[in-house]
Order: sequence, then structure tokens, then C-alpha cells
Amino acid sequence: MVIGLLLVSTAAGCAKPKVIKVASVSPLSGSQSSMGEAIKLGVQMAVDENKEKFKKLGYDLQFVPQDDQADPKVGVAVAEKLIADKDVLLVVGHLNSNVAIPSSVVYAKDNLTQVSPANTNPAVTDRRLPNVNRICGRDDFQGPWGARYAAETLKAKSVFIIHDKTTYGQGVADEFRKKAEAIGVKVLGFEGITPGEVDFSSVLNQAKVKKPDVIYYGGMYPEAGQLVKQAREKKITAYFMGADGLDDKGLVDIAGKDAVGVVYTTAAGDVTKSDAGKAFAAKYKAKFGKDIGAYSAYGYDSTNIGLLAIEAAIKANNGKKPARLQVSTETRKVRYQGIVGPVSFDDKGDNLSAKIYIFEIKEQKYPGTLVAELAGKP
Amino acid sequence: MHESLAMLPQVLIDGLTLGFVYALVALGYTMVYGVLEFINFAHSEIFMIGAFAGTEALLIMQSSGVLASLPPFVALIIALLFGMAIAGLIAVGMERIAYRPLRGAPRLVPLISAIGVSFFLQDAVRLFEGLWRNAFYLSTPVLYRQTLTFSRVDVPVKTIILVATCLAIMFGLQTFVNRTKLGRALRAVAQDQATASIMGVNVNFIVTLTFLIGGALGGAAGVLFAMQYTLIHPYVGFILGIKAFTAAVFGGIGNIAGAMVGGVVLGLVESLGSAYLGILTHGAFGAEYKDVFAFIILILVLILKPSGLLGETVLEKA
Repeated sequence: MVIGLLLVSTAAGCAKPKVIKVASVSPLSGSQSSMGEAIKLGVQMAVDENKEKFKKLGYDLQFVPQDDQADPKVGVAVAEKLIADKDVLLVVGHLNSNVAIPSSVVYAKDNLTQVSPANTNPAVTDRRLPNVNRICGRDDFQGPWGARYAAETLKAKSVFIIHDKTTYGQGVADEFRKKAEAIGVKVLGFEGITPGEVDFSSVLNQAKVKKPDVIYYGGMYPEAGQLVKQAREKKITAYFMGADGLDDKGLVDIAGKDAVGVVYTTAAGDVTKSDAGKAFAAKYKAKFGKDIGAYSAYGYDSTNIGLLAIEAAIKANNGKKPARLQVSTETRKVRYQGIVGPVSFDDKGDNLSAKIYIFEIKEQKYPGTLVAELAGKP
Repeated sequence: MHESLAMLPQVLIDGLTLGFVYALVALGYTMVYGVLEFINFAHSEIFMIGAFAGTEALLIMQSSGVLASLPPFVALIIALLFGMAIAGLIAVGMERIAYRPLRGAPRLVPLISAIGVSFFLQDAVRLFEGLWRNAFYLSTPVLYRQTLTFSRVDVPVKTIILVATCLAIMFGLQTFVNRTKLGRALRAVAQDQATASIMGVNVNFIVTLTFLIGGALGGAAGVLFAMQYTLIHPYVGFILGIKAFTAAVFGGIGNIAGAMVGGVVLGLVESLGSAYLGILTHGAFGAEYKDVFAFIILILVLILKPSGLLGETVLEKA
């Protein structure tokens, strides 16, 4: 308790040279840290680039990376910590929808602006919280587009669906199932696995005897890599499909040569196709010594959008430090041409220009080859 | 119903494989419990360390080019011995540092210490692998790629090796505990530490030996597990450890044969549940309920027979 009071008092003491803090929240430890780190570095880059501009406005812009461990309980605890620090005006995160949803309720208490680079579950914005925005697509677009791709391009007549029982994984698998049934693809099974386990043979035994054309997995890359490896070991030759949880180089690291042929939908395009994206990837590599991850550019763009809103709010406030509510109102008005494409928000906080991309891994490397780019409702 | 019967042999084989891994890990829990009446919750991390040590041995042999020139059998033995040695030594060190100073303390104190050790080891491995390989998801090199096919059932050669090695280790342990002088000393300490020490048994030495053997068994299980499923990470022991502990209780904790039976039964029940729950309930309960199903059976057994499946037939605890 004493330590807590001390911390609060020192934080208050430091606040006088007008500080604005930008937080990234993503898993930096645990099995999904490869994706989480990519988001964090994207945010860091945007903050570093904007430091000069904010210094001219009279503010010290600081970056505070947070680790939510892909765990809703930790996410909420981090959110409480951020909301207590009045200098924090922008949160970029989270990676996992089941972490973002309860955490955003905490941010909403004080209208702390949250721009999500990667949360695709519909409920993230469907609750119409005024402070919550996302620049990526939604699972009720991603899942159905995946189903249409399976039926129309892969010519699938039947599909076996596996999910990881999380908000995101089961959610996107459900959306896939609904669309698949609606367009006449037979759903032979809908089974859950436990993330963290590595033996999925019993679920795959079911898939083997049912002989589906496609196995669809709603979940993250560690389990996906293991599933496809064990499926091939069991001589299951069906197409292996998934959603943006598979969109990480970890999939190829884990599945090795068995990753070849995997098809995944994602809300993150391959930014290295555009000139701006190439420049970003090169800058990133030079700064951090790593290749960009699927959501690095999304973290970068989300941060820039939030910073534009803060800047607008400062100007509207005659140079005085804006309230959190002002920033979240300004965020909805931002029009931004980002590396990932144009961004503008609707009244729920969804990006009007978000697209769904479909990739196929054609050789043993990440990212795969872009095979389709889709906009609008499937 | 026809196709669901067709997969039965494969389901049984996969369940048996998983069951033997559970059994080998369960032995570590049961041995320590038998001797100290204390549940070593960090044993799941000893298993994980064994898996990492074995995988590292194979990866280092692979990158130095030795692996290709060695017969797979020799590489397997090297990985197993290395995994067992590292896991056994860490288990002994853990006992010396975290448990022995607490030997006289109330029962819950060493339990909490064990949970702390468990977190420490998880993150220590994560830190080490992060610095050493810049990745903590490791893919274990595959030594045996062949698969034997009997009509419709696929049995990978590595599965046969896993089951055979598990059986050999368990048989060796039974013989050691029941037929050797040290084994007798171990059983004596398990029955009554004070009396055993009056009879000239060095209790501390026997406890160290118990952790060494239990740790080495956990390490062997880790190496075999890594070879079978070819993917390991620092948290891989967590769920598996809980299952193996369950198996030990299920079979009768403190009883070596019970741990084996419990492990194999749990593996089979889980595999069958995962494959058939959806079919039997017409989709109302899918594979995701396999653990619920397995634990319902566990609770039923414990209600009817609180000492576990083999808890009463053997009087000695180790």
C-alpha cells in the first residue's frame, strides 16, 4: 500500500513537463509473443517518429509498452493501470479479442481511446463503445469469405471444422460454418481443442474417417502448425484452411514443409506489395533488425491515427492538454491514408475501407502468396 | 456407425501412446509422494526440461552434421540419456534448494515452494532459449519417419519405440524398487523415515535418489514426448503435468503400478472421449468435452474407491 502511494505521488510529480503517453498492449511473453512483439515494435516506430512534432507542440511523447500475456485477466489489470495514469491518452492493442473485449470496458470508464490493430471479433465494436476503434476487418467478413473461397476456388463439397474454444477462434469458425452451410457445403464436424496441448490425434482421427475436402481451423498459429503437421502424418490430404490467427511466421517454423498448401484468410494485407509498405519494412528492419510481422504496419498505422487525433484535440484546445473524451471524439473524425490502406471509421468504430485478404503458402516461407483481395460483405 | 467403428483401432493406439507418456510422468509424482507424502508440482517442469534437453541434444547433433552419420538408434539413446541426466540433476538441485530446508514445515509450505519452482523453471527455460535460439518453440528433429500400416491402422515406428521404452523403464523401476537393496531402503524410508534412519538408512541420500530417479523418468518422458509430437515450448508441461498427476491419483498415489495403470486408462478415456463424444451425443457434446468426460470418470472412481484403482492392494507406499 505504501509503495502504491509512493508510485502515485512520483507519477504525479513527474507530470508537470506536459507528458503524453502512448501505450501498446499485446502479448510480449508466452506462446503468442511473436505476433505481440510485432505490434509493439510497429507502435514504437510511430511514436519515435512523432516525438519531434510533439516537442514543437510543447509535449514530451512517451511510449509505454505493456504485456497482456494473451490473458483476459492480465489484460484487464493492465487496463486498470493505464486508466489510472492520466498521461496515457492512447492505447493501441490488443492482439486477442477475448482480451480486448473486457479491457475495452475498463478504457470506456474514462473514454480512453483504443485503436485496435488486430481484433477481428464482431463484438469488439458491435457494443458501440465510443472509445473503441479498429482498423482491421471483422470475423463476420473473414469467416464467410473463407467459406466462399473454399466452395468456389477450392471446389470443396465438405468441410471439417476445428476451433480452439476462444472468443476469436470459435467465433470465426462459427461464421465460417454459417456461410458454408448457407452455400451448400456439407459440415462434417465442429470440434474444439485445448490451446497449449500438442496431441490432436483424436480429433484428426475423426476428420480422417469423414474424408472432408477442407479442414478449417479457427485459432492461433501454434496449434494450427501442429494440427497440419499431425494431419499430414496421418495421411490426411484435405486442404488446410484457417483465419488470421495463422498469419505469422511461427506457422511455417512449426509446421515446416507441411505448411505448404495451407490457405488462410486475414485482415492484414501483405504491405510489402506497395512502395510505402516496402519503405516501412526496410525502415523497420534497419531499426529493429527483424522482419515485419503480419500486424506491424497495423500497429504503426493505428498509432498514427491516434496521434493525429491527439494533435487535433490539442489544437482545438488552444495548445492545452486535451481530455481523454476529446481525443476519442477526434479519433472517429480522422481520415488517414496508411500503409495498410485508407482508414476512416463508421459510427461503431469499424474501418469503412477494411478488406479481407486470402493467402496460400506455396513454398516453405512466410508470408504466403496473396491469392485474393476482397472488400465488402460476402 | 460404420465409419466410427473403422477408426476405433487408430483411436486406441493414439490413446495408448498418450497414456504411456502420462504414465511415465505420473511415476515421478507418485515416487516423491510415496517417499515424502508431498506433491511435487514442479515435476511437470522437470518433464519439460527433459524435452528441451533431448531436443537440444538432437539439434546440436544436427547442426554439427553428426546426426546424419549416426544410426537413429544411437542418436535416440544419446538424446534420452542427456535428457534424463539434465532433468535428474535439476530435480536433485530443486530438492536441495527449495524442498529440503522446508522438510519439517507444515505440508502446504513445500507445496507453495513447488509452485514457485514451477514458474521459475518455465521462465528460466524461456529466457535461456530466447537468448540461445531467439525462439522458444522448438521443433524436434524426426529420427524415425517410417510408418507401419496394418490394413487401416497406421502405427509410426516412433510410437512403437515410445511404448517399448516406457515399458522397459517401468519394468526396470519395479525391479529396482522391489528387488534391490537400495530399493528396499527406499521402501523403508517411505514407510517410516525415523525408523529407517535408526536402522542405518541414510534418509537424505534416499530422498536425493528418489528425486534423481523421478527426475530422470520425467526427463525420459519429455524426450519421448518431444520425439512423438515434435513440438515443445516452455509451457508444454503445464496441462500434461496436471493430467499425469490426475493419472497418479486415479491409479492410487504412491503406488508405482497404479501410476502406470492410471496413465494408460486416462490416455485411452481421453482419446475415446475425444473421438466418440460428438458421435454418441449427435453433436451436443463435441471433442472439447473430453477432459470433462475424463474427470467425471476420475471422480466416480474416487467416490467408489477413494484410494484410487490400485490404492489398497499394495501396502507399501513406494
